[in-house]
Amino acid sequence: MFGRLTWDAIPFHEPIPLITSVVVILIVVLVLGTIVIKGWVPYLWSEWVTSVDHKRIGVMYVVLGLIMLLRGFSDAIMMRSQQAIAVGGAQGYLPPEHYDQIFSAHGTIMIFFVAMPLVVGLMNFVVPLQLGVRDVAFPVLNSVSFWLTASAVLLINLSLFIGNFARTGWMNYPPLSELAFSPDVGVDYYLWSLQISGVGTLLAGINMVTTILKLRAPGMTYFRMPVFCWTALCSNMLIVAAFPILTATFVMLLLDRYLGMHFFTNDGGGSQMMYVNLFWAWGHPEVYILVLPAFGVYSEVIATFSGKALFGYRSMVLATLGICVLSFMVWLHHFFTMGAGANVNAFFGIMSMIIAVPTGVKIFNWLFTMFHGRIIFTVPVLWTIGFMVTFVIGGMTGVLLAVPPVDFVVHNTVFLVAHFHNVIIGGVLFGAMAAYNYWFPKAMGFTLHEGWGKASFWCWFFGFYLAFMPLYLLGLMGMPRRLQHVTEPEWQPLLLAAEAGALLIFAGILCQIMQLYVSIRDREKRRDLTGDPWDARTLEWATTSPPPAYNFAVMPQVGARDAFWEMKQAGQPAAAPEYEPIEMPRNSATGFITAFFAVTFGFAAIWHIWWLAILGLLAVAIIMMAFGWVEDRETEISAGQLARMERARPNPESAS
Amino acid sequence: MTVAAEPRDIDTQELLVAIGGVGPAPTRTVVAYGFWIFLLSDIIMFSGLFAAYAVLSGNTAGGPTGRELFDLRTLFIETACLLFSSYTCGLAALSGEHQRSDRFYVFAALTFVLGAAFMFIEISEFVHMVGKGAGPSRSAFLSAFFTLVGMHGAHVSTGLLWLIYMAAQVLAKGLSPVVLRRFLCFSLFWHALDIIWVGVFTMVYLMGVD
Repeated sequence: MFGRLTWDAIPFHEPIPLITSVVVILIVVLVLGTIVIKGWVPYLWSEWVTSVDHKRIGVMYVVLGLIMLLRGFSDAIMMRSQQAIAVGGAQGYLPPEHYDQIFSAHGTIMIFFVAMPLVVGLMNFVVPLQLGVRDVAFPVLNSVSFWLTASAVLLINLSLFIGNFARTGWMNYPPLSELAFSPDVGVDYYLWSLQISGVGTLLAGINMVTTILKLRAPGMTYFRMPVFCWTALCSNMLIVAAFPILTATFVMLLLDRYLGMHFFTNDGGGSQMMYVNLFWAWGHPEVYILVLPAFGVYSEVIATFSGKALFGYRSMVLATLGICVLSFMVWLHHFFTMGAGANVNAFFGIMSMIIAVPTGVKIFNWLFTMFHGRIIFTVPVLWTIGFMVTFVIGGMTGVLLAVPPVDFVVHNTVFLVAHFHNVIIGGVLFGAMAAYNYWFPKAMGFTLHEGWGKASFWCWFFGFYLAFMPLYLLGLMGMPRRLQHVTEPEWQPLLLAAEAGALLIFAGILCQIMQLYVSIRDREKRRDLTGDPWDARTLEWATTSPPPAYNFAVMPQVGARDAFWEMKQAGQPAAAPEYEPIEMPRNSATGFITAFFAVTFGFAAIWHIWWLAILGLLAVAIIMMAFGWVEDRETEISAGQLARMERARPNPESAS
Repeated sequence: MTVAAEPRDIDTQELLVAIGGVGPAPTRTVVAYGFWIFLLSDIIMFSGLFAAYAVLSGNTAGGPTGRELFDLRTLFIETACLLFSSYTCGLAALSGEHQRSDRFYVFAALTFVLGAAFMFIEISEFVHMVGKGAGPSRSAFLSAFFTLVGMHGAHVSTGLLWLIYMAAQVLAKGLSPVVLRRFLCFSLFWHALDIIWVGVFTMVYLMGVD
């Protein structure tokens, strides 16, 4: 009846997961209870859960990413503490069994459920606004994408309370991840949650590519698109081209585990090296899926706060497209030591160095944008400058690792760990934080507190250096990654420094929570009535903060790059706008219901509860068919209604 | 050689179309375009399975090889069924565009019968192989074979269900623009399966018996 699921799956005898479970369940019950008692359910249901508005969905993605950042960070600080303590005779507080799950969960969560939701959410929120349109190409599909990601998050967090998580590392290499060596549910949790979120991400990518290529305001030619839209386009093209590889790879591993096939097994002619190749054929483009939109954010931020048009727009676009193509030609540098041969390694080493060139072009473009600009040192600018310094260091260690002989020496050491944290934190996370501070007033209608924002930046910035520079040194000394116990006592001072860095980052996170709290508390004083708090250049600032559901009452006519800046220079049109009726998509519960049954299916598949798995799949099929039958998915807002709604909104012109 | 530049009038609208500045595209274009991108992603998923097959096709672990298992004669019939079903699918789409619902049903039914015949042959082949002890868990080669061909078969089966569903929509709503748009997506899907099958036929079967 319940497959492999028994009471033994609940970790009653392990204090750390048990206490965490109880605390998390209490928090969830408390939050849900408050929502029910305060009567917020109808509001949340109609305004958020069933919303197909790209802005709402974008905000939900970002909230999801930020919550999971806390989970991923608690894993990080547990690992740092274990390594700082468990030196020599001491064994620390985490048994290997548990420690292995933590580093696997940390990587998986940070990539798939922190970085991806943050980046996808930002693109969702910003891109249609910047293109001057009212929504994405497929609004209901957008909601399905989000809720599939959310259901994967639920599934991966269930592994904390019921059963366990993979002990294989976030890359889940076979043969360790095969049934013979990982017979329990950990790897299945990993595979099913990533398959479900993978479908969500793929659908989001298709949606966004179609939006950017087919839905733009009149006059918004390709070379008038803001750079963020270009980076979003490239990032989503990479999603469409890379995520199916991951899906296929995981299908093969699932077939190995569930039907006894031999894709990656030791026996029967399987090939583990094929998994590694396929995984990184997705994995390397994934790096650029994450970092390209961050590059777009920096471009917007630095142009706005330097009061200048971006330097080298065309070279920026070409560099982005170049990275997009090259990102598929470097995957082997993740496993130079596999033994593909000197010529193959040389090719991929050289390609890896070449891909650093367009990135270098971008760095110079940002610097030249700042040159002779009137730079205002707001929080987003601090994150951007912090990025430029940090990312250059990370890039240089990357070029170093692209030299195969060097890679052989430091392979699988914490030098590598330091390198990829250097580029992912310094590139993606700093970008997400810059974007969060930059677009928050647009999304919420009030600005974030500058003081707490700056404090959080400096804590994160120095915390990052303190946490990861020691790892470069330790890596050069030969310390392998993923150690549950450290045998060399002379490594301990550096590990303690790294622990201090993690604590400093924690202080940065606390500052961010304070920033949010203070800003919400003082929101009436911090209202952005102009719609354009930063004197910015692109179309999202041409509407109010927050924008109405339809974004623009009258679709803007784009006459130039930096369209809004040009409009401001030309002065506002004197004539009253002529409203035309517009069609808006209706709310839909399709996404939420699909996600519910996706979780049901995933959970049942993990625990081999076959009847429930079939029911879940059937339900998803029925929802799809029901959705495919309906025709009337839109409501019309008449010109008169639109005019009334526009008059009721705060008017940017009269406020400024 | 020197050719005098011919003065040419460029229509402003034409120029705007060329550089992509005419504003949002109509729904039919957007839907078909989005669906095409989905199909591209699906083809990439298949390319992962193709790559796996290419790597593992020699790893028979002492088990049967392709030459011992594949029968090109039935395969020819199977392939003919699928390719011809694409033709009838195209005719069904054209009949739909011309508002000829009688013809639409006939060609849709033909498409279904041909697709079902394809699936019947494929499933009998699978059953036959498993009966001979050449199932997917026998060797890496057979794992890759069953997964690649079976994934295509799963797509065709989904397509068959989708076709019934589309016929039901035509029955209930007539050949309205929305229904035709949905049928356009279906026919794109059905033709894409042909393209993938050409790859399967060549790489798995023709090269397998070589």
